Amino acid sequence: MLASLIIVFREVLEAGLIVGIVLAATQGVVGRARWIALGIVSGIVGSCVVAAFADAISALFADTGQELFNAGVLLIAVVMLAWHNAWMAQHGRELARDMKAVGHAVRSGERSLAALAIVIGVAVLREGSEVVLFLTGILASEEGGIATVAAGGLGGMALGALVSVLLYAGLVQIPTRHLFSTTTWLLTLLAAGMAATAVNFLAQAGILMAGGTILWDSSGILRDNSLIGQALHVLVGYTDRPTEAQLIAYVAVVAGILLLTRWAARNSPRIASSVR
Amino acid sequence: MRRFTLLSAACAIALTVTALVPAGAARADDIVTIVIKDHKFEPVEVKIPANKRVTLLVDNQDATSEEFESNEMKVEKIVGGRKQIKVMVGPLKPGRYPFFGEFHEATAQGAVIAE
Repeated sequence: MLASLIIVFREVLEAGLIVGIVLAATQGVVGRARWIALGIVSGIVGSCVVAAFADAISALFADTGQELFNAGVLLIAVVMLAWHNAWMAQHGRELARDMKAVGHAVRSGERSLAALAIVIGVAVLREGSEVVLFLTGILASEEGGIATVAAGGLGGMALGALVSVLLYAGLVQIPTRHLFSTTTWLLTLLAAGMAATAVNFLAQAGILMAGGTILWDSSGILRDNSLIGQALHVLVGYTDRPTEAQLIAYVAVVAGILLLTRWAARNSPRIASSVR
Repeated sequence: MRRFTLLSAACAIALTVTALVPAGAARADDIVTIVIKDHKFEPVEVKIPANKRVTLLVDNQDATSEEFESNEMKVEKIVGGRKQIKVMVGPLKPGRYPFFGEFHEATAQGAVIAE
């Protein structure tokens, strides 16, 4: 029972950390609770759907469906994070100054929230479908499986929620004027890490044939599958054996988002919000 | 209008990544089979050539799903009950690369020996 709880928690951890960052990044934005809840709920519903069709998805595209699905949803999340950061660069200052005075920003803020809801939904979907497959396996094969599934599923989810709350509570200790720049950095590194993971799925599928050489091995210092390693993997994209292609993707996404936000910040917020 | 420019700029980032992908999925000739039975791997250790892309075929003969995973080989893939999957690994330097079944980690342990 404890083993199943730990497995569920490890899967839920990634989504939990992402929810925590998004909660902090949307501090003070009207209607965020609704969007974040929507992201989580659609992610859970989607998990069940993906798990139900897991074999069919896996068989797609000459048996590379699973990798393409994972890489695809990760890259969607990368684009959404990039877009959100660009939006924050345009409107973040007004948001921090006075929420009520910027009617336009609040309205387009909904779009930014929708982008982050998609990021959450995707994170929940990816890990959630694995949890569903794992738990249905227990249900099918073990005596008294229901108790194990209930304890593992609910306990793991509760621990994941706890991680979200703790990370959020920690991040909002940061003074408001630094909070958004911190969360922007966190979201940028989150996106870069996701891109690196996506690249790895493409390599595993045999679609990306180049850049598979491992650059270094820091597993002696911090292993990927340790709890800290896994948390850092989500937060900053840490991996103990990065490949060339992963490093290229990581650097490209960080550089791309930095350029994009710098470019977006140059546009005057007033003009930006009047152009509909 | 600006919104579209912003969106397309964001897409450009994703494209930078996908630009690395050459057209068409090439397949290596080397295929090594690993069977999962009673949540154990058979054989427990498989030998593959080093410094080469190799395809591992994982044949799950159990009724329940398994997640074939290896941090050392950087693979992670769900194998449905009574299904097979292929993953491409390497090029690997000579050495021992453990893998495991995440859903039954206590028993499902194995390793690839690259030489």
